[in-house]
Amino acid sequence: MSDSKRREFLKTTAGVAAGAALGGGSVLFPIDAGAAEYKITPEKGAKLRLLRWKRFVQGDETLWMENTKKFTEKTGITVQVDNESWEDVRPKAAVAANIGSGPDLILGWLDDPFQYSDKLVDVTDLANYLGAKYGGWYDICRTYGMHGKRWQSIPVGIVGNAIVYRDSQVKAAGFDGIPKDSANFLKLCKALKAKGTPAGFAFGHAVGDGNTWCNWLLWQQGGKLVDAHNNVVINSPETIAALEYAKELYDTFIPGTLSWGDPSNNKAFLGGQISLTANGISIYYVAKDSTDPAMKAMAQDIQHARFPIGPAGKPTEFNLFTQMMIFKYSKYPNAAKEYLRFMMEGDQFNPWMKAAIGYVSQPLKAYASNPMWTADPKATPYRDVAAVTLDDGYAGTLGYASAAVMADYVVVDMFASVVSGAKSPKDAAALAEKQALRYYKV
Amino acid sequence: MTAGATTAGGPARTGRAGRLNRALDNRNLLGLLFMLPAAALLLVFLTYPLGLGIWLGFTDTRIGRGGHWVGLANYLYLAGDAVARLSVFNTIVYTVVASTFKFALGLWLALLLNEKLPFKSILRAIVLLPFIVPTALSAIAFWWIYDAQFSVISWMLVRLGWIHQYIDFLGDPWLARMSTIIANIWRGVPFVAICLLAGLQTISPSYYEAASLDGASSWQKFRYVTMPLLTPIIAVVMTFSVLFTFTDFQLIYVLTRGGPANATHLMATLSFQRAIPGGALGEGAALAVAMIPFLLAAILFSYFGLQRRAWQQGADS
Repeated sequence: MSDSKRREFLKTTAGVAAGAALGGGSVLFPIDAGAAEYKITPEKGAKLRLLRWKRFVQGDETLWMENTKKFTEKTGITVQVDNESWEDVRPKAAVAANIGSGPDLILGWLDDPFQYSDKLVDVTDLANYLGAKYGGWYDICRTYGMHGKRWQSIPVGIVGNAIVYRDSQVKAAGFDGIPKDSANFLKLCKALKAKGTPAGFAFGHAVGDGNTWCNWLLWQQGGKLVDAHNNVVINSPETIAALEYAKELYDTFIPGTLSWGDPSNNKAFLGGQISLTANGISIYYVAKDSTDPAMKAMAQDIQHARFPIGPAGKPTEFNLFTQMMIFKYSKYPNAAKEYLRFMMEGDQFNPWMKAAIGYVSQPLKAYASNPMWTADPKATPYRDVAAVTLDDGYAGTLGYASAAVMADYVVVDMFASVVSGAKSPKDAAALAEKQALRYYKV
Repeated sequence: MTAGATTAGGPARTGRAGRLNRALDNRNLLGLLFMLPAAALLLVFLTYPLGLGIWLGFTDTRIGRGGHWVGLANYLYLAGDAVARLSVFNTIVYTVVASTFKFALGLWLALLLNEKLPFKSILRAIVLLPFIVPTALSAIAFWWIYDAQFSVISWMLVRLGWIHQYIDFLGDPWLARMSTIIANIWRGVPFVAICLLAGLQTISPSYYEAASLDGASSWQKFRYVTMPLLTPIIAVVMTFSVLFTFTDFQLIYVLTRGGPANATHLMATLSFQRAIPGGALGEGAALAVAMIPFLLAAILFSYFGLQRRAWQQGADS
């Protein structure tokens, strides 16, 4: 994010937070006006089952369960919470939708709800209520949560990535921090390589790390898979530029990033092998919470920054988005909505987000003022994720095609085949175009 | 029929009970009844899913949305899809190379274990270990062994001064293929070895004694006594081994997810990727069904190629 943009953003959020505190949220967000009253009566004898992704950090689960317990005490509705590895939730949710039976609520990912939108309970009233009360939803939440004019899911947060780097090593390479533009970012990586402290980003089939940063690579040069009308436009000069940029960048990386999965960069960073990567806040917390003095010293040295901006001229990040869906087959849709409302209210959400120590960033603007983001300044870059992230269907719409293209690693493999030297940028872009066309023609 | 049944059944067997008793005396009917539970199980758990899979392959079903009949469209698309073709190529390389090595190493190990060795039973138990460890776990061990930054092999070789840069086991297409194949061989050898060992022990020592009396060398004993008698077992074991290898999933999924740039995607892993995370159930099913001809070919080869004796093909004598 450029400086001026960041200042603008901070002003807005601060204003929003103040507005919400005064109860004036609806004035700032006229779309949601009049929705601050919300009442729903749960069905008698309701029992809920929730499937969520297994926590990345213990505090998340602890607080989630505490909040759930509070809900049960208040309403008498029991909620059984099942945890599954985050990658397994997507197929399970899809199967539940397909066969019409399963958990009442599922905490899913990205464009999940678009794949079975008609099987989800309309939550427009709840979303409007929450938006009005808590300073409004970020744009990205509307993109992921709404289907047409209808809210199909309640955004819960963004599991954000940021540039994670060793301050001392970046300084040693002659830079005062992470450059704001991608051209200088490349220079930084070259300098880091020259100093023997290279950077490293995943080019393997890493569901989270690979997809997120490769989409940034593509978008920052102005390349994109589809235009606003879902026409496949990947085979473009901008994409070629992005591929050439990636090739130059890859040459500065530590060897072996073509095989990197999701955990690889964490291991390499904490093992002192790389100076810079993109990741959630997990690397920092593993180092900070370690009893090993060497690790503690590393935590001191770790800094975070948002991704640089490329010729596209605006932030072009991609981050993982998580949201709660209520399925129509549920016998207790009202109870499920009430549970969602309860969990998203400030009294529950703020402590939960704090306990998740920055893994999950707020979907509602008012929560940006949570002191957790400033208590440790190193967490601050993760606060702004929702304001700068794009969706995985960019610049088109979300749906079957965007999900399938991502699941098939079309973008990641396009980059991987070029940086490994297996394909020329032209051939790789042409192949990606062919693959994307298949999905986007449906 | 009613009249006939009463007459033939005698006074004690009248009415409904009598008819039932008589019917149960019928060998054919009884046989059919006894087979019913097994047939039902096969039908529900084997025929139905297989049929459903084949049907899905002809539709454009997506997860969460029903599909329409599209004929061969999925197959035609897959035939033109570079990634799908690559996965077929990978699967064949993976199966042929891994099975060949598993057979050679397995036979060698079986012959060694068949010799008089101290601590024979303990040795045999140890040999089985790789097969007993859950694949997902051993795959994670290999994942560390092949790690780009923390590989113990690279570390050792660098320390020894033999190489100067860590080996990119899973990052280079051919190295990645070979690395996954080696992991598969490591896991598959015990199965082949133990089965062949069981086969070796069914060969009567008197054949070897007779061969010795005739002055046969060790090689001749192996070539003219062991091999012919072991062939039926080899056929069965290798059929299974080829089937397991061809349909391997876990190892690839843990090690590479099909990367780098799809160099290690097998048909099974690509089928899963397209069908479940990707949501294209029809296409994934078509890719899975496309494995059947290869598997059938493997079975037929072993059936007609290796089991040359009439009784092995189901003849009575």
